[in-house]
Amino acid sequence: MAYDKFSKIISPAVPLQAENVDTDQIIPARFLKATERKGFGDNLFRDWRYNKDGSPKAGFPLNEDKYSGKILVAGKNFGSGSSREHAAWAIYDYGFRVVVSSFFADIFKNNAINNGLLPIVVSPDFLQKIFISIDKDPQAKFMADLDKQQFTILDTNESEYFEINAYKKHCLKNGLDDIDYLVAMKKEIADFEKAK
Amino acid sequence: MTAKTLFDKIWDSHIVKSVKGGPDVLYIDRHLIHEVTSPVAFLGLKQRGLKVFRPDQTTATPDHNVPTENQHLTILDELSRHQVEMLRKNCNEHGIKYHDLQTEGHGIVHIIGPEMGLTQPGMTIVCGDSHTSTHGAFGAIAFGIGTSEVEMVLASQCIMQPKPKKMRITVTGQLRKGVTAKDIALYIISQISTSGGTGHFIEYEGSAITGLSMEGRMTLCNLSIESGARGGMIAPDETTVNYIKGREYAPKGSDWEKALVSWSELKSDEGAQFDMEYTFNADDIEPMITYGTNPGMGIGITGSIPTTENMTDNDKNNFTKSLNYMGYSEGETMLGKKVDYVFLGSCTNGRIEDFRAFAYFVKGKKKSPEVTAWLVPGSRQVEKQIREEGLTEILEAAGFQLRQPGCSACLAMNDDKIPEGKYAVSTTNRNFEGRQGPGARTLLASPLTAAAAALTGVITDPRKFL
Ligand code: SF4
Repeated sequence: MAYDKFSKIISPAVPLQAENVDTDQIIPARFLKATERKGFGDNLFRDWRYNKDGSPKAGFPLNEDKYSGKILVAGKNFGSGSSREHAAWAIYDYGFRVVVSSFFADIFKNNAINNGLLPIVVSPDFLQKIFISIDKDPQAKFMADLDKQQFTILDTNESEYFEINAYKKHCLKNGLDDIDYLVAMKKEIADFEKAK
Repeated sequence: MTAKTLFDKIWDSHIVKSVKGGPDVLYIDRHLIHEVTSPVAFLGLKQRGLKVFRPDQTTATPDHNVPTENQHLTILDELSRHQVEMLRKNCNEHGIKYHDLQTEGHGIVHIIGPEMGLTQPGMTIVCGDSHTSTHGAFGAIAFGIGTSEVEMVLASQCIMQPKPKKMRITVTGQLRKGVTAKDIALYIISQISTSGGTGHFIEYEGSAITGLSMEGRMTLCNLSIESGARGGMIAPDETTVNYIKGREYAPKGSDWEKALVSWSELKSDEGAQFDMEYTFNADDIEPMITYGTNPGMGIGITGSIPTTENMTDNDKNNFTKSLNYMGYSEGETMLGKKVDYVFLGSCTNGRIEDFRAFAYFVKGKKKSPEVTAWLVPGSRQVEKQIREEGLTEILEAAGFQLRQPGCSACLAMNDDKIPEGKYAVSTTNRNFEGRQGPGARTLLASPLTAAAAALTGVITDPRKFL
């Protein structure tokens, strides 16, 4: 799926303190009925974000004016549960380009990267520092630098290095996806089949 | 030669190419698709002007959003109907075998694969559904993928994946009466947590595991994902071979003989290295039940909900939030708590053995009038077998009705939603907030524990009736 090339991002962040945020919370199953990849952002965190009558729930970070930005910061084990890629689409469609947590579920992490959404793993301590910084100033800015593989709290200038494999980094920077790569390899794949 | 794990053997033999500094290009033997996670993948193919590379290695069926009543009628929900029609159309266009509603082969993807003999030892199997891990019960590498990856498999029969780490979980001893594969799984997750397996692929070993039937093994491997692991697997043995023999897609004649030889190699070598090891004893496991909003929040049925006494503030907040959602308090016992709904079904516990266990449990007894029970077979085959074995009569005499196959209340995409605030003892795999319907409260348990709750209307130790 085509997505925007990833460059350095400097932005305030939206804090979601909960842990074990599963993909059923990110996008409930009843919103998975679309056959196109469009408009999922409206239902991002649907049941946490809206009351039954459709009015916004007070106190949920996405509903608070003081928070904004392209970075979502969440508690540990983010994205567990269902493999639905709709979770990554919803987060991206809403306008986030980076999710920061101290721990991600495997499938979510793959899905995110495949859709131009960068999952950044930081240490539990650093995650707390980020939350504290947002708590002090909801508009505090952060920097996600893919080149240097560094996430920085700009207020305090504290940084942490994050891992990403070289191939995926290259894909993200150039807006490429695995399908282009695989389709170009069809001959090798056919040879593999013969040798099997 | 260095000693290899079962996982290494299968993974390594499926690498088409290792990308420098990146993932492996992994060849996929079998691909299963359903109506919810495939439409966008087909759309992607179309936009790129691509055809399906190996259509005969993909099998399709609609399961996630289909109604479980009146399947002969048009699907009322417009969006669900559209998804099912898209699947049918996409399969037609690309020459993919499609098992429509009401046909012999229809059912939940992870139930029909093994039933038809599509699932075999040594294979790589993927599907856009996290519980693809079910197929690992046959000694296959099977795991759930996202829609982009579904598109990759359609386009190239490969995906790009970094190789996971390896974990071994050994369960020694023998299961006690009334304790099932579901309880082993919930017990393991309660011990290692819902993120304990992250980054790993699990191999299960030990006498309590090899003693399980194929159905039981599938239940266990199915739930591997709930510990965060990509999947779980069990080395094939006689039980595996006997299950596969004679099934539609099982190898035949001399191919069968060849298959037996190659399957016999599929086990971890003596001294093979795992990144992580756990050992549990089956004697320590009693029927399990969950009390919270993730599958790791489970306890033995006679136990009580933990207290927050020694928790950090952070853990305490998450724990309390979860208990508030469930309407429970710390320290309470689970026995005797009210149950409004019972759901038997899903790819976790929707196989014939689960229906047998449930039916014989309730035989000659009566369903509590306070409980609404939904019994949803995992497939048409299961449904047929239930009828042929005379289980329908037993169930009906006890006040239970069968519905038609599908995922149903496992994820409540169709009309089978547990109403807000109601308690459901469910044989499924996830007790997340709202999983079974907005505001629904799910208690995960085995078919036996579900049956006991259906009879009494409260959480009951199934061993009382055995
Ligand atoms: S029964 Fe539940 S877990 Fe299994 S395939 Fe269907 S939705 Fe997924």
